[in-house]
Amino acid sequence: MAKVQVELKVKRYNPETDKKPHWQEFTVEVEDTDRVLDALHVAKWTQDGTLTFRRSCAHGVCGSDAMVLNGANRLACLEIIKDVGTKITLEPIRGLPVIKDLVVDMEPFFAQYRSVLPYLINTSDPGYTERYQSAEDRARFDDTTKCILCAACTTSCPIYWGNSQYVGPAAIVNAHRFIFDSRDQAAEQRLDILNQRSGVWKCRTAFNCSEACPRGIKVTQAIEEVKRAILYDRV
Amino acid sequence: MNVHHHSYDAVIVGAGGAGLRAAIETAGKCRTAVITKLYPTRSHTGAAQGGMCAALANVEEDSWEWHLFDTIKGGDYLVDQPAAEIMCREAIDAVIELEHFGLPFNRTPEGKIDQRRFGGHTRNHGEAPVMRACYSADRTGHMILQTLFQQCVARDVNFFNEYQVLDIAFEDGRVAGVIAYDQATGDLHVFNTKAVLFATGGFGKMFQVSSNAHTLTGDGPGLLYRRGIPMQDMEFFQFHPTGIYKLGILLSEAARGEGGILRNDSNERFMERYAPTVKDLAPRDMVARAIQTEILEGRGIGENKDAVYLDLTHLPPEQIDAKLPDITEFVRTYLGIEPKTAPIPIQPTAHYAMGGIPTNIDGECISDDQGTVIPGLYAAGECACVSVHGANRLGTNSLLDIVVFGKRGGRAMADFVQSTDLPALSKGVEGDVKARIDLLKANSGKEKAGALRIALQEEMTKKAFVFRTDESLASALRTVRDLQTAYESVGIDDKGNVFNYDLTEALELSYLFDLAEATIVSAQARTESRGAHFRNDHPTRDDANWMKHTLARRGADGSVSLSYKPVVGGAYEPMERKY
Ligand SMILES: Cc1cc2nc3c(=O)[nH]c(=O)nc-3n(C[C@H](O)[C@H](O)[C@H](O)COP(=O)(O)OP(=O)(O)OC[C@H]3O[C@@H](n4cnc5c(N)ncnc54)[C@H](O)[C@@H]3O)c2cc1C
Ligand code: SF4
Ligand code: FES
Repeated sequence: MAKVQVELKVKRYNPETDKKPHWQEFTVEVEDTDRVLDALHVAKWTQDGTLTFRRSCAHGVCGSDAMVLNGANRLACLEIIKDVGTKITLEPIRGLPVIKDLVVDMEPFFAQYRSVLPYLINTSDPGYTERYQSAEDRARFDDTTKCILCAACTTSCPIYWGNSQYVGPAAIVNAHRFIFDSRDQAAEQRLDILNQRSGVWKCRTAFNCSEACPRGIKVTQAIEEVKRAILYDRV
Repeated sequence: MNVHHHSYDAVIVGAGGAGLRAAIETAGKCRTAVITKLYPTRSHTGAAQGGMCAALANVEEDSWEWHLFDTIKGGDYLVDQPAAEIMCREAIDAVIELEHFGLPFNRTPEGKIDQRRFGGHTRNHGEAPVMRACYSADRTGHMILQTLFQQCVARDVNFFNEYQVLDIAFEDGRVAGVIAYDQATGDLHVFNTKAVLFATGGFGKMFQVSSNAHTLTGDGPGLLYRRGIPMQDMEFFQFHPTGIYKLGILLSEAARGEGGILRNDSNERFMERYAPTVKDLAPRDMVARAIQTEILEGRGIGENKDAVYLDLTHLPPEQIDAKLPDITEFVRTYLGIEPKTAPIPIQPTAHYAMGGIPTNIDGECISDDQGTVIPGLYAAGECACVSVHGANRLGTNSLLDIVVFGKRGGRAMADFVQSTDLPALSKGVEGDVKARIDLLKANSGKEKAGALRIALQEEMTKKAFVFRTDESLASALRTVRDLQTAYESVGIDDKGNVFNYDLTEALELSYLFDLAEATIVSAQARTESRGAHFRNDHPTRDDANWMKHTLARRGADGSVSLSYKPVVGGAYEPMERKY
């Protein structure tokens, strides 16, 4: 552990005073084992209270603080200064409207999430006990249950930047989570939704999403599994 | 400042596990608004790791009575037994219901919900640890939060996301509305309503080393406390034994449930000395004190000897990957240590508020020691105190609490609003909130909220933590009062309306100060040691004088006064707590 000076270069925009975004640099002293989020806090709490970003849990489980960090989509609370170096540029994630500094409008993202019926649909009566599920059936969708809806994947996708109608990787991940759950009965409906023009076929397998996911979800693989389920009409 | 007006049958404040479960219950029964300062899926329920207990007996023999006994004993007999009985009985249905909602639990070879061991949960009244915790790897809270949110999406629940509730309005002694601040625009929204359920979570950010999110600042209890609602059992704050050294990030008890061992500087499994039967799986208060004792007596590890080790190196690597993937990844990320081959430096971390808004078993808030209900006011989850956790919550009983009492509170509220009219709301109820915001924006800024917050957190961690004395508490109280005075001259840099988190954080800090003060005053008065509240100058439990709940009330002049109400007993008589 050692104290280091970190240069944070932040892309800033205040809708109440600025016509367009501009860069601002902050020099802050932190431990090299600190998170980038800690460095942002030092800047906000000791230098400029107007610096604005979302955050809550500070350890990579709530999905609040996705941003473009040295060019790649990352959660600021999961990146350690030692690993990313002392010159850090931070920009808002791309493809969603910027509201202020690193805060973007998440509503279009959540609307796309809602469009894939992201909840278990099963109309049979399970009675008073749990529905049984084998460990193998449970394993089929394990990976996609880890999603924290941070939007890092969707906003790293070049297709999404060009076409905000595309449902995007995160919505497909959340559809996958139910399509491959043996307890669910609405796979067909979701596959129909994802077979539309705004659905999976927009994906060109750029792999940016998998690289961006802070939960290590194999996003591209999930999208491929959904494509195959549509093509071969089975899950 | 623009002011908008809404009217609803019911309002739920908070969209963590408790708020979402309540929302599912009111959906389709009454027009409900769910107001939350975070997007629902950002709530700290998502951070919960280890599990949720219910005596399903899927893996070995178990019964809800044993669960009840463990809860009462774990809570050091400050638990209200009828409330705990409801929780332990309804636990079974609650888990099954979550499964039906789609929660992906880990499964047994036959396909049933799998269960594992957890601290303080035993078979047959303390004989041996029992497998009672239902879980989903080490992200059980994440799965509960996601599943409940999914069910809310299915029911088209009406969310006001990133709206922060800052005040409540009463008319003739009943709830009439809440006042919320829209973070995206800076506008105020007045919600006229028949009933409000608070589910705003904990307030662990009053401590420096904490497992809690930055946003857990006790807004709900804080704003009610200011309006004269008493706070119950505030001296009981849980310190979890295993936080990542310095950062406080939690390493779930599941790590010890899976076989992890605590060790001191000479590699000794020191819990054998403190709890010979259940060892590392003793309840949290006992393990946290054991760790602090090892440290204070010079047997800590590391440069400053202020930590001990959590050792997982003897566990099969496949078991670590399958059962503890997330927490071992935290260790790699934040400490640069591989937990499969090296022990992990840990220290106790501020974790859970047993105290909070006093409620009965239907989530109705009560205003005194007689159980008088405040019409229209409800609370559930960590911000509430039923009290099912008494002086020390058992692991996995909070996720249980939030779903059981979230549901009960939601149901009681939905029933209540059927039988009552919308109360009239006086003009200008938002005046107080407006004045607070205007003042923070107008102040020249001699003091900064960030610095005051750090001073509070350091002081509480030094003087009101695992070990307390009259002297340490008196000193903490002086500091907190000085900080409250300093707060009056806090100024903020950001004078704008759009996403002014500078303002949000300053408002949150004021609640932390008030709740810290209530915590210290309650702790100072309680001259005994029980559960998580340990007084070096009064090291034993004193049932003759202290089998009672504390109620701390704030007067109009800001003074704090205490009163007490009896613990509601039941089948289990207090006995010495040995494990
Ligand atoms: C790291 C960690 C691990 C844990 N593991 C376990 C476990 O394994 N088992 C277990 O039983 N318990 C566990 N717990 C405890 C348990 O997770 C929490 O007590 C529980 O999730 C709290 O749920 P809640 O719904 O009361 O509050 P939260 O989930 O914290 O939600 C609070 C909500 O209130 C909202 N809010 C707050 N203030 C305002 C305001 N002013 N206006 C509007 N909205 C507001 C927030 O937006 C949020 O939606 C753990 C806790 C932590 C910190
Ligand atoms: S899939 Fe990964 S990157 Fe995409 S929203 Fe979910 S957690 Fe974030
Ligand atoms: S702050 Fe929660 S994910 Fe980073």
